[in-house]
Amino acid sequence: MIGVIGEVLITGGVLVFLFIAWQLWWNDLVVAGEQASAANQISQQWIGDAQAASATPAPTATNTPTAVPVQTPGFGTPVVSVAPGEAQPFAVLYVPRYGAAYSRTIAEGVGHNVLNSPRLGIGHYPGTQMPGEVGNFVVAAHRSANGGGMHLINEFQLGDPIFVQTADGYYTYRFRDLEYVQPTDVGVLAAVPHAPGATATDRIITLTSCNPLYSTAERIIAYGVFDSWQPISAGPPAELAAIIAAQAAG
Amino acid sequence: MYAALWRVLPGPLWLRILQVLVLIALVLFVLATWVFPWVDTIVNSQESTVGTP
Repeated sequence: MIGVIGEVLITGGVLVFLFIAWQLWWNDLVVAGEQASAANQISQQWIGDAQAASATPAPTATNTPTAVPVQTPGFGTPVVSVAPGEAQPFAVLYVPRYGAAYSRTIAEGVGHNVLNSPRLGIGHYPGTQMPGEVGNFVVAAHRSANGGGMHLINEFQLGDPIFVQTADGYYTYRFRDLEYVQPTDVGVLAAVPHAPGATATDRIITLTSCNPLYSTAERIIAYGVFDSWQPISAGPPAELAAIIAAQAAG
Repeated sequence: MYAALWRVLPGPLWLRILQVLVLIALVLFVLATWVFPWVDTIVNSQESTVGTP
């Protein structure tokens, strides 16, 4: 009898360890693959839509002569879209520092329905700015488990590109610095981080995740500053073009 | 428990070992496919956002 109880307890302990291994490694890898391929799919769809739109010019466009857009090197002020509904995807994140195969879909909201979803993974804090907008575009993702969208956030180097693709175009941010804050510190969400009420003049991106790895004691924050923008019809920036092509090829 | 299981398995030693391995694989498959995903929805997920601890 004692032997049976002992075996049951040992089995229970083994099951707990198996669950942790499943959550942190096996399922993490599976979900990461699903999230990346879902992101590729939506990215390719936007590129395809843009090519289809440019291949078949609208007949009304020929009747109403419009000013030919001047091709400035920087493509002017970035287009800013309106935030979609809860859990609706609207952007794809590429971070070469996280690996050439890395891509994740950004959706509205930071609930589990977005962050744990095998087809999403990165959540945009509602109320913070959108890509390319003056202010702060803030997103969250898991550090580990559920695809671990920000697993390597601590490995950013100054100037690392952070690419955000939307249906409108490609927004390039450059990594600036890391910060470690309390989980309650909503100051990082302000248009000017830690200065709520201040008038924003810069376009920045803020990535939030857990710290330390496998813990939720703190939050790790990565800031990036806006570098350039190009419309989707102009194609991705050179560095990103190679990544997108490689990912589309599988 | 496991000793009783070992006794009811038929066949020579090598066949019993094979059966045990198959049973372990089966249990792992059931756990990873149905049990763990269900547990994952119950246990406290790792929060990675600020302001919603």
